[in-house]
Amino acid sequence: MRAPRFLTDLLVADGSADRVVPPSGFTAHLTLFSAGVMAFLAVFALALSLATGRLADRWGDELAHASTVRISAPDDQMAVQTEAALRVLQTTDGIESARALSEDEQRALLAPWFGPEVPVESLPIPQLIEVIESDAGYDAAGLRMRLSAEAPGAVLDDHTRWRRPLIAAANRLRALGLFSILLIGGAMAAMITLAANAALAANAKVIEVLRLVGAQDRYIARAFVRRFTLRALAGATVGTVAGMIAVLLMPSQAEVGFLTGLGFAGAEWFWLLVLPPVAGLVAYLATQRAALRVLGALS
Amino acid sequence: MIELENVAYSYGGGELLSDVSLRLAPGSFHFLTGPSGSGKTTFLKLCYGELVPTSGFARIFDQDVRSMTRDDIAMARRRIGVVHQDCQFLDHLPISDNVALPLTVAGFDVQSESQNLAELMQWCGLTPRANALPPELSGGERQRAALARAVILSPDLILADEPTGNVDWEMSQRLLQLLIELNRMGKTVMIATHDLGLIRAAKQHVQARVLRISNRRLQLAGADL
Repeated sequence: MRAPRFLTDLLVADGSADRVVPPSGFTAHLTLFSAGVMAFLAVFALALSLATGRLADRWGDELAHASTVRISAPDDQMAVQTEAALRVLQTTDGIESARALSEDEQRALLAPWFGPEVPVESLPIPQLIEVIESDAGYDAAGLRMRLSAEAPGAVLDDHTRWRRPLIAAANRLRALGLFSILLIGGAMAAMITLAANAALAANAKVIEVLRLVGAQDRYIARAFVRRFTLRALAGATVGTVAGMIAVLLMPSQAEVGFLTGLGFAGAEWFWLLVLPPVAGLVAYLATQRAALRVLGALS
Repeated sequence: MIELENVAYSYGGGELLSDVSLRLAPGSFHFLTGPSGSGKTTFLKLCYGELVPTSGFARIFDQDVRSMTRDDIAMARRRIGVVHQDCQFLDHLPISDNVALPLTVAGFDVQSESQNLAELMQWCGLTPRANALPPELSGGERQRAALARAVILSPDLILADEPTGNVDWEMSQRLLQLLIELNRMGKTVMIATHDLGLIRAAKQHVQARVLRISNRRLQLAGADL
């Protein structure tokens, strides 16, 4: 019901309703500017929530199926305990594969911390075993007990300890981003309501004349609604494009990780197309409400 | 077409009008007179639904004003041409657009009515001023433009509040002539004025009844004036 009327009111080239309200230069520019700024900010809020959403998904996927067994033992027992632990792991339900990391791999893991020249062989570093779970998962408590019996130096780290807070943080960030978009929309609605109220008050005489010659409220409201909706649409389009360019210009080196991942990937760019029409819709609803409320309050 | 039944109106303080009853019959010509501040404008506003009586009943085209929505009143206004004492226009639009405004807001195609509009402007002597903006008009031109705007939808009823208030005698005669012409075409006319000369002049051309507001009440004034 609302959508067709919304569209006909806006799109039918009825310049007459527009003309009956005098043009207003300054406030028009302010509305355009504010809508643009809001859209610009919304682009970043959107980028933040999409990027953190991606991050949370990725962390969730990558970490959920991997665990590590760490074996700390005196040098002479290391090989024996590793063997024992691998045997236990291979006979545990819910574990797809278990593999001891080679020295080269361990060195690569340590390189970021100690530099590439570290003599791993001569250091008492623990042996790591990479464990890949099946979808069903395994019983961590049972596995720990069996490991402690067979290989006392083995410690199971199923990653949940540090995975959970990370995913929680990412999800929280995503929620904050979405909430910010709502706030931006609300602020824009409030701003446009104020602007529309000011416009209606400034044009009280025009409204009186229109009323005297038999204009219905819908006609009077349309003049204002159309104007503010088109302004918000235009402002938001400019703001969205500006925000898009700013996101594109951000240095993007995948290796730095989260910060530079702030952007849009693939189909996510589509969401930017949604911003201006949503801004227009918000402006339409805000002005429509303001206009009908002001007009309804007249005798 | 307009029926008032024991209508009273008060703006807060005491009653301005009390116990007013009136039926406006189609095709009639009424003058409404009384001292300034006696409630002539209020009376007219009750007739076109701008005010709702504080007691009693007002019916516009057989509809109780209290049961009418804002949009109902707007629709009724299309059948009632109102000329205000201080004519208000849309100051950013030229006179021809202002006169055509009732067509515009009623959704008529102004282009296809342009012939009628031109004739009306001619009839009111406004053709040379068609492109002027309202603030550029003289008092008499504003009154005529207001009258033209009030009749462009060919309303059934014309309510004029001091239409000759700030024009000279000659101009007031021309305006009166316009209203008498409209009455001959079958329109109901009511003119609020305290200009008794105008009433006398009108009585030579038209069967006019004179209503007088005095002491908060509406009375039918005698034939002699």
